[in-house]
Amino acid sequence: MKARRLLFVLQAAFTILIAAFLIVPAVMSMVAGVTTNYAKGVSSGLTSAWIFQVWDLYADTIGRSILIALATLTCTLLIGIPAAYALHTIGGRTGRLIEELITLPLAVPGLAIALALILTYGEFGAFRQSSLFILAGHVVFTLPFMVRSIIAILGAIDVQTLEEGAASLGAPPWRRFVDVVVPNARPGILAGSLMVVTLSLGEFNLTWMLHTPLTKTLPVGLADSYASMRLEVASAYTLIFFIMIVPLLVAMEMIGRRSSKTGLLL
Amino acid sequence: MTQAVRGAAIRLAACAKSYAGNQVLSPVTLDIASGETLVFLGPSGCGKTTTLRMVAGLIRPDAGAVFFDGTDVTHVPIERRNVGMVFQSYALFPNMTVAENIGYGLRIRRVPKVERVKRVDEMLRLVGIETLRDRRIDQLSGGQRQRVALARAVAPRPRVLLLDEPLTALDASLRERLRIELDRLLRELCITTIYVTHDQAEAMALGDRIAVMTQGSIAQIGTPGEIYFQPANRFVAQFIGAANILEGPIEDGSLRLPGGSIKVANPPSAPVAVAMVRPEEIDIVNLDTAAWKGRVDTAHFLGNRLRLTITEAAAVPITVEVSNRLDDLRSGDQVGLAVAEHAVRVLDE
Repeated sequence: MKARRLLFVLQAAFTILIAAFLIVPAVMSMVAGVTTNYAKGVSSGLTSAWIFQVWDLYADTIGRSILIALATLTCTLLIGIPAAYALHTIGGRTGRLIEELITLPLAVPGLAIALALILTYGEFGAFRQSSLFILAGHVVFTLPFMVRSIIAILGAIDVQTLEEGAASLGAPPWRRFVDVVVPNARPGILAGSLMVVTLSLGEFNLTWMLHTPLTKTLPVGLADSYASMRLEVASAYTLIFFIMIVPLLVAMEMIGRRSSKTGLLL
Repeated sequence: MTQAVRGAAIRLAACAKSYAGNQVLSPVTLDIASGETLVFLGPSGCGKTTTLRMVAGLIRPDAGAVFFDGTDVTHVPIERRNVGMVFQSYALFPNMTVAENIGYGLRIRRVPKVERVKRVDEMLRLVGIETLRDRRIDQLSGGQRQRVALARAVAPRPRVLLLDEPLTALDASLRERLRIELDRLLRELCITTIYVTHDQAEAMALGDRIAVMTQGSIAQIGTPGEIYFQPANRFVAQFIGAANILEGPIEDGSLRLPGGSIKVANPPSAPVAVAMVRPEEIDIVNLDTAAWKGRVDTAHFLGNRLRLTITEAAAVPITVEVSNRLDDLRSGDQVGLAVAEHAVRVLDE
């Protein structure tokens, strides 16, 4: 009995230790963002000044990141839904081959993709210098997540039979797609969308290579602030980043849980 | 249905289908009259679903043509054939309510909303699910889904109704009840109906005619009575109901068997014949005067009938079903057997 008690205490302690190891740095960083002088500790007082300073310095990166994320989402939806549907319909070896091809950017380091993009399109000055260049990179990087997420749901809902049902009622191909395929693929589309937005907001590797001083995104700005600002400012920046990204992660988790409850695969 | 809609007369002209060099359907030629219910009956893989999907327009035949009322529709896709279809898995749309599912075909046809609502209500009443109007599909039981699928298929007043094993997914007692309802509904609707099943009881109950299929071709087509009493060959005889297959030489217009001989109405000219006798056509008679004898192997009391297995009468044990009042028969008893000559059906093999 005593031995079991001891074992429990040891296990609990170990778990707490591991959790703390992971959580404490994040908490420290966020606390630093609202501490007047981190070198002196929290006793120096709490302040929201750093957050405002970040806002003044980097508000444009936050706005740009959100815009790029939404534009990336739009592009991946417009390309991803028809692409996933087509791949599902083609099926077989050809379908899988193309799917793998789309997935390839995941295996290639972001830096390499960025380099390829710069080599190919670097000459097009206006494009190279605009946020569209970053958008292109983000679409290449996030598209596989969208496509895979939708292909998974299409595989789970027996699209062919649903489409045949709609066709038997007189629906032409585009109506079947709009009325039956897309609505029933919604959980997959939603999961893919959240993933795309989250990835786009947090993407650094690619973006760092692709950005210009005038097209910084949130994570690039973060790196910039770490390199050139006070620790407190960089930490406040992290805090803002957290506030933006955590709700997205929670939403993703919730959708995942709801889908698995209704028996739909993500 | 308030007004009667005339169903289309369907004609399949030498329709054939192969997949990767494998012929799943030998050329089939077949006429289905307007308003008729034809059942395709056969084991899985016999080509019955392929034929149905060909009529639907989901499969294009490699050769031959499909006609609706004399018009060639071979290259018309399903959405322009005006057919109603009930799928084995129902294919209901999970993103729509019951009413929206039923009204979908009407929405596609741009039926005005007021009339659409009226027609959907009519359909809900027709299949007895008025209370489920606004339910989601995942809140329905199997039987309820089946009704929604049927209502959805007939709501746009199709000229042809196609049912692909619509009751297979349900349990036995529900299947029985829905079969009766379906029969009433089909008579009421007067739509030309093709019904695919592997269940011979369903085929008997619903079909005006039955097409028995095996290995990609029609073995026999006829009314349930014809199929049952005059099967064309051994496959049909054994697939429909219980059948005793008797083989032996023909002597003086009789079929010679190990246990004696039985008279055949139209003896074939061939020296050896294969004949079919239904278990209920054989009677137990006085042993001394009987021309055909056997020995009781097992006797099973079924309540309404007594089922006997008789050995020594033919080369293989035969099954006999007799009145339950003969329950004093025991295993090992020798019995006399009799069968009317018109009940002995010589098979083409």
